[in-house]
Amino acid sequence: SRTRDILFTDIDDLFSKKRVIDDTLLEEIEESLIMADLGVDLCLKVMENVSRKSKKLSTANELKDLLKAEIQALFPGEPSAPEPTAVVKPRVIMVVGVNGTGKTTTLGKLAMKFTNEGQKVLIAAADTFRAAAIEQVSEWARRANVGIVKHRDGADPAAVAFDGVEAAIARGIDVLLIDTAGRLHTQKNLMEELKKIKRTIAKRLPGAPHEVLMVLDATTGQNAISQAKLFNEAVGVTALALTKLDGTAKGGIAVSISGTMEIPLKYIGLGEGINDLQEFNSQLFINALFD
Amino acid sequence: MFDNLSDRLNATFKKLKGRGTLSEKAIDEGLKQVRMALLEADVNYRVAKKVISDIHRRALGQEVMESLTPGQQVIKIVYDEFSTMMGSAHEGLNLGNRVPETVMLVGLQGAGKTTTAGKLALYLKKQGKRPFLVPVDLHRPAAIDQLKKLGKQLGIPVFDSTQEMKLGDICRAAEKMAGQEGFDTLLVDTAGRLHVDDGLMAELVELKKMLNPVETLLVADAMTGQDAVNIAGAFDKAVDLTGVILTKMDGDARGGAALSIKAVTGKPLKFIGVGEKSTGLEPFHPERMASRILGMGDTLSLIEKA
Ligand SMILES: Nc1nc2c(ncn2[C@@H]2O[C@H](COP(=O)(O)OP(=O)(O)OP(=O)(O)O)[C@@H](O)[C@H]2O)c(=O)[nH]1
Ligand SMILES: Nc1nc2c(ncn2[C@@H]2O[C@H](COP(=O)(O)OP(=O)(O)OP(=O)(O)O)[C@@H](O)[C@H]2O)c(=O)[nH]1
Ligand SMILES: [Mg+2]
Ligand SMILES: [Mg+2]
Repeated sequence: SRTRDILFTDIDDLFSKKRVIDDTLLEEIEESLIMADLGVDLCLKVMENVSRKSKKLSTANELKDLLKAEIQALFPGEPSAPEPTAVVKPRVIMVVGVNGTGKTTTLGKLAMKFTNEGQKVLIAAADTFRAAAIEQVSEWARRANVGIVKHRDGADPAAVAFDGVEAAIARGIDVLLIDTAGRLHTQKNLMEELKKIKRTIAKRLPGAPHEVLMVLDATTGQNAISQAKLFNEAVGVTALALTKLDGTAKGGIAVSISGTMEIPLKYIGLGEGINDLQEFNSQLFINALFD
Repeated sequence: MFDNLSDRLNATFKKLKGRGTLSEKAIDEGLKQVRMALLEADVNYRVAKKVISDIHRRALGQEVMESLTPGQQVIKIVYDEFSTMMGSAHEGLNLGNRVPETVMLVGLQGAGKTTTAGKLALYLKKQGKRPFLVPVDLHRPAAIDQLKKLGKQLGIPVFDSTQEMKLGDICRAAEKMAGQEGFDTLLVDTAGRLHVDDGLMAELVELKKMLNPVETLLVADAMTGQDAVNIAGAFDKAVDLTGVILTKMDGDARGGAALSIKAVTGKPLKFIGVGEKSTGLEPFHPERMASRILGMGDTLSLIEKA
């Protein structure tokens, strides 16, 4: 599969049938994990388990199954109780993340996806800060053929979000997608602004936003952990999207974040086109890594 | 755990009372910590390996200086090696004498090219130059609008590109206009592209041929992970970079990508981006970058004096 091709191909190459399990092999596996941006701590943990358990194994192939199991164990387990099936309307999804990760593009792709599923979609252009952010998201609304609520450059983003929710309710919208400005997690005032946007949404529609989707760039290294931590503390991230997996970066840091913070990785971005979005499934993902 | 490499090294060496030369065992212990710090800072695995083995060779048999603990001594060796690798003092733009000269910004999607074009324009304007912003990103929605808005905010002229134009036509018309209006530096904002996108990389090579820029700068995100070597290597191979600008340094990324990029391309890091605003551009300081990647905090000043 595509996911497999772009992720961990290196690892797969290591497991030729004839290879014996020795220190060189273990070191090569460690190198692959680090180069995939899995992170030092996680890599050490995985390697410790793998090298301990590998003593009982005889072939590289068995080692592959072991490694697969170890990485699978990192992902959050399936929720024990099924998600409530009652459909909320409008379902409000707030898209957040640091600068340039692909928030607006992912939101455009989601608008198309939901529209294709027969849902009525509305976009709120709550990035009023970056130059031409409103023009950019308007173009995505046009492409997906959905409505958009926007104010002027420099307007209060919380006010845009509020109007978005109001319009969504009035127009019988199924999904409201709120685009927010990129911001570094370390900027306190901008994180406060994000909290305010969230509070304002909840004020107009209790229970909303129903999803806070954090967009991570697969090219990002260890800093993504700090990003996810601080965004989660500020606005409670409920899902992750991993973009730019069409490049050569492996995006291993998302495995680490999803695992340690128990936030599901929902979507992956594979290009700049409106259909370049795939749903993510940890089980399939892991199988694809090593099959 | 210790956040700071100096603390870690000092803890590692606490039991080590002896002075004199650094033993191989002590060096190995210390370098293990350094290696961890490098990987945590996103220095590429292979680059880190190479750096560590170089440092190991240099450290063998060195005397511990009177004023330093063995931990600090190891840091000093590492730091010296690092500063050398990072390059010498700040190099600004090497603008030639042709009028107009062209500076081309290239890089991955979302790295910060358009924002940096605005920043460089302001930087040049403050030096009394007459920059001209040229949008050649016909790809990303509203990319041209973005640069036009930045130009307007800064009072800097922007070529009136439209998505329907051909790249070659834009380049020729912009150069002609610069001649007529007396603009001395063209700042060309290219579309973001993946280094493995053959079609778009070929387009970049074509653009470079048409523009014959005096500076071809890679704009790279300071948060970039292990892939930095592949990205920088591919761009350098395609368009022969003259320098690098590292953006989003206002965050808490350790910025190990800087070392990876330098190791792979050998090209100077010229500026860092430290904010979204057009004033958020600073000269690159190799020593500061070295201490940031190593997570050395205050120890640095102590060692610099030694
Ligand atoms: N190759 C590739 N490019 C992508 C993908 N997702 C987004 N991009 C590109 O990344 C760049 C930034 O995307 P945006 O959607 O503007 O990112 P953003 O997070 O909204 O940026 P800010 O609002 O400025 O913080 C654009 O050039 C997009 O076309 C992806 O999955 N693959
Ligand atoms: N905090 C911070 N944000 C930055 C910096 N440089 C750029 N940005 C932000 O990063 C995002 C992407 O910047 P752009 O200039 O649009 O990036 P680009 O490389 O032109 O993107 P594409 O044209 O889509 O490839 C925007 O939100 C910018 O405001 C910086 O130094 N610090
Ligand atoms: Mg955006
Ligand atoms: Mg741009």
